[in-house]
Amino acid sequence: MSNIIGIEHDRVTNTTATDFPGFSANGENAWNLEEFKKKFQLNISYMTDRTANFDMIGLDTSIANAFRRIMIAEVPSVAAEYVYVFNNTSVIQDEVLAHRIGLVPLKVDPDMLTWIDPTAEEKDKFTDENTVVLSLDVMCSKNPNAIPGNTSSENLYKNSNVYAKDLKFEPQGKQSQTFAKCPVVACDPNILLAKLRPGQEITLRVHCILGVGSDHAKFSPVSTASYRLLPTIDIQKPITGQDAKDFQKCFPSGVIGINSNGEAFVKDARKDTVSREVLRHDKFNGKVKLGRVRDHFIFNVESTGAMSPEEIFFKSVRVLRNKAEYLRNCPIGNLN
Amino acid sequence: MTNTVKMEEDSFNDLLQPDFKGKSLTDPINTAEDKWNLLPAFLKVKGLVKQHLDSFNYFVDTDLKKIIEANRKILSDVDPEFYLKYLDIRVGYKSAGDPKQIEVLLPPHECRLRDLTYSAPIYVDVEYTRGRKIIIHRDLEIGRMPIMLRSNKCILSGRNENEMAYLNECPLDPGGYFIVNGTEKVILVQEQLSKNRIIVEADEKKQIVQASVTSSTHERKSKTYVVTKNDKIYLKHNSISEEIPIVVVLKAAGIISDLEIIQMVCGDDSVYQDLFAVNFEEAAKLGIYSQREALEFIGRKVKTIRRMNSPKLSIIQEGIEAIATTVIAHITVDDLDFREKALYVAEMTRRVIMAMHNPKLVDDRDYVGNKRLELAGQLMSLLFEDLFKKFNNDFKANLDKILKKPSRASEFDALLHINIHSNNITTGLNRSISTGNWSLKRFKMERAGVTHVLSRLSYISALGMMTRISSQFEKSRKVSGPRALQPSQFGMLCTSDTPEGEACGLVKNLALMTHITTDDEEDPIRKLCYILGVENISIADSATLHTNGTFGVHLNGTLIGTTRYPTAFVTKFRKLRRTGKISAFVSIYTNVHHAAVHIAADGGRICRPLVIVENGVSKVKADHLKNLKTGDWEFDDFLKNGLVEYLDVNEENDSLIALYEPDIIKSTTHLEIETFTVLGAVAGLIPYPHHNQSPRNTYQCAMGKQAIGAIAYNQFRRIDTLLYLMCYPQQPMVKTKTIELIDYDKLPAGQNATVAVMSYSGYDIEDALVLNKASVDRGFGRCQTLRKNTTVLKRYPNHSKDIVMGMRVDENGEPIFQHGALGPDGLGEVGMRIQSGQSYINKCVPTNASESVVGGAPTINQQQQHRETPLTYRGPEPSYVDQVMMSVSDNDQALIKVLLRQTRRPELGDKFSSRHGQKGVCGIIVQQEDMPFNDDGISPDIIMNPHGFPSRMTVGKMLELVSGKAGVLEGTLQYGTCFGGSKLEDMSKILVDKGFSYSGKDQLYSGITGEALQAYIFFGPIYYQKLKHMVLDKMHARARGPRAVLTRQPTEGRSRDGGLRLGEMERDCVIAYGASQLLLERLMLSSDAFDVDVCNSCGLMGYNGWCPSCKSSEAIIKMTIPYAAKLLFQELISMNIAPRLKLSDVF
Repeated sequence: MSNIIGIEHDRVTNTTATDFPGFSANGENAWNLEEFKKKFQLNISYMTDRTANFDMIGLDTSIANAFRRIMIAEVPSVAAEYVYVFNNTSVIQDEVLAHRIGLVPLKVDPDMLTWIDPTAEEKDKFTDENTVVLSLDVMCSKNPNAIPGNTSSENLYKNSNVYAKDLKFEPQGKQSQTFAKCPVVACDPNILLAKLRPGQEITLRVHCILGVGSDHAKFSPVSTASYRLLPTIDIQKPITGQDAKDFQKCFPSGVIGINSNGEAFVKDARKDTVSREVLRHDKFNGKVKLGRVRDHFIFNVESTGAMSPEEIFFKSVRVLRNKAEYLRNCPIGNLN
Repeated sequence: MTNTVKMEEDSFNDLLQPDFKGKSLTDPINTAEDKWNLLPAFLKVKGLVKQHLDSFNYFVDTDLKKIIEANRKILSDVDPEFYLKYLDIRVGYKSAGDPKQIEVLLPPHECRLRDLTYSAPIYVDVEYTRGRKIIIHRDLEIGRMPIMLRSNKCILSGRNENEMAYLNECPLDPGGYFIVNGTEKVILVQEQLSKNRIIVEADEKKQIVQASVTSSTHERKSKTYVVTKNDKIYLKHNSISEEIPIVVVLKAAGIISDLEIIQMVCGDDSVYQDLFAVNFEEAAKLGIYSQREALEFIGRKVKTIRRMNSPKLSIIQEGIEAIATTVIAHITVDDLDFREKALYVAEMTRRVIMAMHNPKLVDDRDYVGNKRLELAGQLMSLLFEDLFKKFNNDFKANLDKILKKPSRASEFDALLHINIHSNNITTGLNRSISTGNWSLKRFKMERAGVTHVLSRLSYISALGMMTRISSQFEKSRKVSGPRALQPSQFGMLCTSDTPEGEACGLVKNLALMTHITTDDEEDPIRKLCYILGVENISIADSATLHTNGTFGVHLNGTLIGTTRYPTAFVTKFRKLRRTGKISAFVSIYTNVHHAAVHIAADGGRICRPLVIVENGVSKVKADHLKNLKTGDWEFDDFLKNGLVEYLDVNEENDSLIALYEPDIIKSTTHLEIETFTVLGAVAGLIPYPHHNQSPRNTYQCAMGKQAIGAIAYNQFRRIDTLLYLMCYPQQPMVKTKTIELIDYDKLPAGQNATVAVMSYSGYDIEDALVLNKASVDRGFGRCQTLRKNTTVLKRYPNHSKDIVMGMRVDENGEPIFQHGALGPDGLGEVGMRIQSGQSYINKCVPTNASESVVGGAPTINQQQQHRETPLTYRGPEPSYVDQVMMSVSDNDQALIKVLLRQTRRPELGDKFSSRHGQKGVCGIIVQQEDMPFNDDGISPDIIMNPHGFPSRMTVGKMLELVSGKAGVLEGTLQYGTCFGGSKLEDMSKILVDKGFSYSGKDQLYSGITGEALQAYIFFGPIYYQKLKHMVLDKMHARARGPRAVLTRQPTEGRSRDGGLRLGEMERDCVIAYGASQLLLERLMLSSDAFDVDVCNSCGLMGYNGWCPSCKSSEAIIKMTIPYAAKLLFQELISMNIAPRLKLSDVF
């Protein structure tokens, strides 16, 4: 069977891989490490401190999907979990403010913290090893040096907007040494938390702990981690002239080129967004076949900022390996 | 600087900004498309609830003065010298004051918070005699009038946004309601059959034709019928004991000659003459030929209800009285000239004969033109007049009592006595508005449910309530007529917005651009008609009345003259109206069947503005619209310049109205301003409603009122009984023009959810929705409930009073659990979490409150004993104290209000709905990684099952998704306005340009397996509303719990922690199945089992092993019966029936 998923105008065909043992009588299809090593490729398209885009070619969908799922839900990260409000005279309610603070991504290496013990007594629960403490202490006042005529709140008042950067790190115990090089700050300093007017103030303290995305989305280290399959465009009959130009227009720019003979050719199928526009036109009926490569995953990992995207991916690999390790050590599985 | 000034102005202004919606002044003006700008201009002038405000303003400014006029003088029966005359009446300002400067006690929001009434003083100027002197006294306060918010007597009228904010008011709040004792009350618009108009009806089965008219004047209300009986015609009236032959009535009214009767009723039509001839026999048989005979005949039949001390009348006087004042009471008779009345009766008779001849000539009761809407002003006026009359009567009675006393020490001053009763008017008005019971003594009218509490569930529900019209028809009656959608509702009443169920079709809503008229003066119009060539009816010859080509001219249903040139007359009349010489709300139309021109100037007619078309050309031109855009012109300028006019339903029926400019043909008279104005404010929220099955739009109208969102700009300042707020409301991606007009985009109720239409997991069948947990984590559908808890600290007659005591502490100095949320003042601390069982007000009442005071004032050191009666919170989830308010209500008792808040994230079973009547509950909340995702890694917030579409046919929802998706990709908002909106082709084009499929369907990957899904999934944003029905408020279970005192059975209902009933049908199932032990256990052992001693010899119940009737303990048997059975036996015994039990062994 081919490893191309068929993109028809009304359906997707051949979506499931069949290369597993016992599927067909002739082929072995048993997984072979050497063969996998030969086949597997990982190409990095680009990598910035927030985004990584890389191709994984030649591995099973389940493994690729496992990486995606683990990145979203099981790679631990640090987020605000407990908010102790001492004073809040702003219009925003305590719960809503706490919720907003919780969703602020923090620049903390999750490896610097240990897991919290949920069974521990309230007073022993938080230590300098498992908790980062932030505090927010803002008070709005009138700006004595306001420029007359300018009625924007930034001009009239001081501290009228409370941002994520106003969350101040309070090192506890030995944290002043361990976190000396990397004090805890919000990844995006300009996230608006609340708005104040003169006389209003917010004083609160935040305990940030380690958690996973499956528990709450705020612990997810990625904005999104997902993949798409590499598109293929197979021109089966030559398309020329005006048709070629129309054909080109059915795809995003740069996907289809037209050569000197006026014949359309596939320049870069990777750029295609698979809008299936070409399948709408009768004149291209039978001339083109769209598809996607089933074992070519174009990953896109967007970090929230706490970790670099490659670190997130490596951690997902580690988590998967630990899971495999666990399964292997499982007493039920160990028959031999 | 100029920029900020603009921002402060009325919010409608940005709709009129030169560069509104991407159109700048330099853009070419397309009349067909830009004509809709008239709509915001209309709403800027009229507002959404202008009908209420207009009616109230009319009442306060004009009608009050008329009432004073009608009840001007108070005379004394004892002292003929004495008189008191009302000169003037004013609400809210003194004679020297400025009508714009209203003295109300407190701003409206303070009234809401402090449970007060928002009212202004009513001042009268009186002239009366004191001894020999005539004294004029100004500014006498006779009571306080509740003031409608935003009316011209309200302090909010004409305020800008800043001033509103200063008064804690929301600038988007429509007003139009009252605040009475702290609650916001709306007087719903009442629909009724028009008064003082002839309605002809026929009963096919009984062969009866009847013309009826309900006469309504300030003094009385009565109904007169002209009916057929065995093909003869009679007049029927409640105060006349028998039906009177019509000829007798006409003769009594002074039309003695049979020829003239025939002329007045039938004209020269021989068919009508034949039908009518039989009635002459009737009169001849009775031997009535002269007016005197006729009057005596009628006089004998009158039911005389004479009031005390009025002189007895002779029979003929009774007859004259009946004809002059009782029959058709709204036509007044001066100097015993009955001609007008005779003409009216003849007209009714003629209509009956016409209907006898041609059964099609009957009137339709349900036709909107035959309806009148009664608004707050009219109802208040009825109420006030009643109270004012009572006030005057009481005053007079009081006066007479004092004047009767022969000697008085000082000179009598009437004013000293007028103030005593001043409370009656105030409390009368307040009571009626707060209870909704309108009881009017003089009409013997008793109407309940006139007012309703303004629903503040959402902005839309409040707005919807202001446009609601309730019908007088009984809900239980099974007639479809009044409930059906009338074609004449077009453009006047919303076609979609009506409740389901019993009130369906009876409760209606106004369309977006309707206006309800107030009364206009009749006299100037009558004079004008005569000037325009109408022959005055009082000098017209009866012979010419019904000759061919003569049209009767009717003013408010009464014949005032005839004309032979109806078309010319109507055209001239309209021309005068268009130039503003006559009020714009006077309507005129020709009825060819009745050969009549009708002019209506009465109040309560529904009308709407339309563009005038002359000679096949719309009068509104591009440069007029340019004037509107630059702000040089307002809506009223269009009216003044005769480009736009108001048509009521009857006149609309007489016009040819083009929907769009290209549809104009030569005979077209008018052009619609905008087609989407057939819908009202609530139905206007639906995107692409013209693509939906119509009941779906109706369902959305009901659900839009339950959606949680932002309520008002002052929502955090409000302390309402129950308030639902959404944490992060969004304006819809797909808007409508109505949404902008009613400011729904500023106070939205819902969020744009990314929806995937696919089946997933099986937890989505039967309209259940699948929610994404990450979306929920991030704030999707998060809402707050705020609940008010009130208490008053009472004072008791013995000088003791309720107090609030501080928290109690345990030995460690920590407050005890119950007082964990209290502060040292004994009130809940703002921001504290309060759990079930904790109290938020530690109120204590004195133990000796009922004891009387022992001798004078209590001594200071006398220590009061108090008992704790705390207000305790009960609920499955903890709440937080949001606000605590302490104030003093109007009877000087301390008033404490505590607002408790809960923040809720969506959970299983919470109800959501799109804007297309597609409601569903959350069936499962799925982890984000399990959700399907597209090429960009987007996973849906909601998964909706595709089975919701085929049977519901909500194509509008699909279009919303496609338009919404295009809007998201392009970064713009799209429109789904009714009969317009963004076109599907354009939206598909955007999708394709952005690299998506034209159809809105994306290729998705399964989140669970990671493989591509085999079907393309319809995927995009749809605006979802969270409805107020939440599981947390409904969940209930019980194992053991409280029981009712009387029956000892478990209590009923969630609020009383009641049991779950095994009902009759369930019982039947168990019986049929034969599970007798289960039955016994469910119905007795788990309910009200009771051990009783039964005496087997007498069969009665005993106690303690002793039978009191047999005086023995021999045959006592212990057994278990339901307590309810024991109760039944005892009740029977109390009725002297002895139920005797005979016990024997079964096995």
